Amino acid sequence: MMNLSQLANDVGEVGAVCVRGGGTRWDVGGAAGDVQVVMAPTGIDSFDPAEMTVVVGAGTTLSELADALAARGQEVALDGPPGATIGGALMVGRSPLRRGRLGEVADVLLQADCVGADGQVFVAGGPTVKNVSGYDLCRLLVGSLGTLAVVGRVILRTRPMPEDSAWMSGEVPLKVVLQSVYRPATVLWDGRQTTVRVEGHGADVNNEVDLLGGLGLERVDQPVLPRERDRWSGFLPSGGVLEVGAGVVHQLERPSPPAVAAGVRVLGDRMREAFDPRRRFNPGRDPHRVAA
Amino acid sequence: MESAERCEPAVGVIRSGILPEVNSTKRVDQDWRSTVRKRIDGIGLGWIRGKTAVIGDPLERDLVEALGRERVVTGSGARSLYSRDGSVTRGGSAGIVCFPETTDDVAACVTVAVSHGRAFVARGAGTGLSGGAVPCDEPVMVVTTRMNSIYEVDLDRRIAWVGPGVVNLDLSRHLSGTGLHFAPDPSSQQACTIGGNVANNSGGPHCLLYGVTSAHVLAIEVVLPDGEVVLLGAEEGRSPGYDLRGAFVGGEGTLGIATRICVRLTEDPPEVATLLLDFDQIEGAADMVSAVIASGIVPAALEIMDKRVIEAVEPFVEAGYPLDAAAVLIVELDGLPDGVADAIERIKAIGLDHGARTVRVAKDDEERTRIWKGRKNAFGAIAVIKPDYYLNDTVIPRTRLAEVLMRIYEVVEERQLMVMNVFHAGDGNLHPLIVFDAREPGVMERVLEAGEEIVRISVEAGGVLSGEHGIGLEKKRFMHMQFSPADLEAQDQLRRAFDVRGLANPAKVLPTGASCGHVTNLERAPKGTWV
Ligand SMILES: Cc1cc2nc3c(=O)[nH]c(=O)nc-3n(C[C@H](O)[C@H](O)[C@H](O)COP(=O)(O)OP(=O)(O)OC[C@H]3O[C@@H](n4cnc5c(N)ncnc54)[C@H](O)[C@@H]3O)c2cc1C
Ligand SMILES: Cc1cc2nc3c(=O)[nH]c(=O)nc-3n(C[C@H](O)[C@H](O)[C@H](O)COP(=O)(O)OP(=O)(O)OC[C@H]3O[C@@H](n4cnc5c(N)ncnc54)[C@H](O)[C@@H]3O)c2cc1C
Repeated sequence: MMNLSQLANDVGEVGAVCVRGGGTRWDVGGAAGDVQVVMAPTGIDSFDPAEMTVVVGAGTTLSELADALAARGQEVALDGPPGATIGGALMVGRSPLRRGRLGEVADVLLQADCVGADGQVFVAGGPTVKNVSGYDLCRLLVGSLGTLAVVGRVILRTRPMPEDSAWMSGEVPLKVVLQSVYRPATVLWDGRQTTVRVEGHGADVNNEVDLLGGLGLERVDQPVLPRERDRWSGFLPSGGVLEVGAGVVHQLERPSPPAVAAGVRVLGDRMREAFDPRRRFNPGRDPHRVAA
Repeated sequence: MESAERCEPAVGVIRSGILPEVNSTKRVDQDWRSTVRKRIDGIGLGWIRGKTAVIGDPLERDLVEALGRERVVTGSGARSLYSRDGSVTRGGSAGIVCFPETTDDVAACVTVAVSHGRAFVARGAGTGLSGGAVPCDEPVMVVTTRMNSIYEVDLDRRIAWVGPGVVNLDLSRHLSGTGLHFAPDPSSQQACTIGGNVANNSGGPHCLLYGVTSAHVLAIEVVLPDGEVVLLGAEEGRSPGYDLRGAFVGGEGTLGIATRICVRLTEDPPEVATLLLDFDQIEGAADMVSAVIASGIVPAALEIMDKRVIEAVEPFVEAGYPLDAAAVLIVELDGLPDGVADAIERIKAIGLDHGARTVRVAKDDEERTRIWKGRKNAFGAIAVIKPDYYLNDTVIPRTRLAEVLMRIYEVVEERQLMVMNVFHAGDGNLHPLIVFDAREPGVMERVLEAGEEIVRISVEAGGVLSGEHGIGLEKKRFMHMQFSPADLEAQDQLRRAFDVRGLANPAKVLPTGASCGHVTNLERAPKGTWV
């Protein structure tokens, strides 16, 4: 079992600290500033396909994890660019593009072994796929940008990989496409083209591909989306792509900071204060500044 | 007796019967708008309408002023009714019972309670199995049963806004024929409220594939313990800042009161297959569960019932469970037709490998309904065997199901008690139900001892205390088995951020902090007429 005492030592009891994962989203929610940078442990502790869970260091890269899971026919609902780590993906907290099948990032973290602002190790959540023992610290941690705790080791929910899949795209109204497919993994809309990913059993995917083909959609490669993200506000900026059902627009421009209701911000600030009264963790960053 | 009768002169403020408001600024599908309904709950609490009175108790006076006489009840009948829930916890003591109808009403209840330094407890249908809604030391009870409007259903965006008092099954019925449904389906769905589901992060048989309540709750309007109203989460995607929606779900009423809930609606599967497998030995059924998952199939549901449950249920339901079987396993598969057909064949093969005697595939909806009826009525049927039951709901790694089940039979039988197992096997979520007669002297001690042993065995097997029923009052004493003081402190930090003064459903969940008045475990458990 992975030992967190090294990480707890690195974090210590005083001074500003932040974890560097792959650095691929280093600027999200603000600059790191003058902090001591620590690294989370790496490596896969254990993986049992019959449990659909994996125990892994938060510093492990997504690609290393994906390879290990794929070897046994499973995968996890985390997405990110090359070099991104599990800890980083969880702390940035963006759901994978295939959320329609794979699920949301909020539902992936079952247990997190953390170091708190007092330098003590604590465990959030539990190892099983279902758990309501006490408060849901795991969901609170996902998307918290490392401002509440340093995450060392995690237990994640895995899923079987689909047998087959296809991306289809065409100038067909969104509603028509939505009515023709069952639980699509992804639906994208750029103002003209509707792009959909279907996945599942081979014969079912073939049938859906035929049906969508009949509507005028064609097989395409996985689309490359613009890097920035904003909340869907009812209109599409030029070059933007809407992730339907997710409320996210993938776009070229950096989004402006989102509006946050006063009451929500007060509660959020109180949460940060409760976990990290001296603001040791990622002092330069604030999840309220992340748009989508 | 009602204070309205007790006190004579008439100066109290009365607000006349306020109609349900459809307070929605969101896009509303016209067809759905017309079906917004309101059902006044039928509990005859006997308030006297229109009669006004001077009220001696300042807390009661302020509540009546804020809500109107007819929504504030002080009679001993109501207080005793609202002093317990579906758990074995007894000795709770409700204070004044309020029946808010709007968010403003709830905010008023909370504000008035805390301004008097009094705690408040949210309550839905009271079907909770861990004492979560059991009041300690006469708090203001905020009962949500009149907040049962389905405000809006958006079929295009597949979401619905509902009041917290909407009964789980009422939402499903309301949606029938639309091609969409609300996935969480606790066995208590005929009675429990969606607010209660949110507070307990409830599960159900079909949560294996679709996830528990948290995965289906997008946004929640919450009255915080200081009376502030906030919207946590968003109809679509994440909202900026921390996932406070995620933190609130499962908070067991200690983080505030949900007053409006935006739920995700799930597409009805085009094809459903329900299989019934029966076994000579329960170990075969248990081992089959992990074999199915390891093979890459995630069924919609995987439920096990043992011999005693079969014997109790079959005579009533005539589901066709073989009476000589040691266990039956229900497997439900759903999705597109080819995938389902293929999975049926694979399940049959895995079943035969694990000693299944027969594999029956329901040929029509009628047969499917009967198979499920047995499962969903299990608790009710058990009541005819013994009058009382005590239930744990630990979760264990599913690969260890067979071994842990055997240990459970042992520890219960060693204490001359009877246990029946009917559970969400796919998630490893056990429901060992110890049945007994509380009139038998000394039996309660043995029951609680066996219960504690079951929890210990589960935690030692790498499991957790509760999969869906929550901690409430009843499992607080087990929290140290799973969590270190530092773990519990982190949980308390979350709680404190929501509830600075500690007045929201105090003495629940965390073993630290206040104790709960005169609460004990059970003198007599509810007579089971649950369906
Ligand atoms: C082109 C592109 C596409 C993307 N697409 C997706 C997508 O489809 N789905 C998706 O989910 N995400 C997506 N992302 C975001 C992605 O999840 C993050 O960029 C990435 O995973 C962050 O990982 P990292 O290791 O690089 O984190 P870093 O950039 O190193 O860190 C990000 C933040 O997390 C904190 N942090 C990192 N590790 C820990 C830890 N162990 N404990 C506490 N705090 C920690 C850091 O301090 C920092 O604040 C995309 C990003 C890019 C650039
Ligand atoms: C026969 C039977 C079968 C059951 N089967 C299942 C099952 O399959 N799966 C499962 O998960 N559970 C099951 N349960 C347990 C129970 O039905 C669920 O926990 C249910 O969600 C409770 O809902 P309720 O409305 O009865 O809540 P209550 O019992 O009234 O309250 C439960 C908790 O929620 C809080 N609460 C209620 N409403 C609100 C609100 N609006 N805002 C904030 N907090 C609130 C209360 O304070 C309390 O802590 C079963 C119970 C019985 C009796």
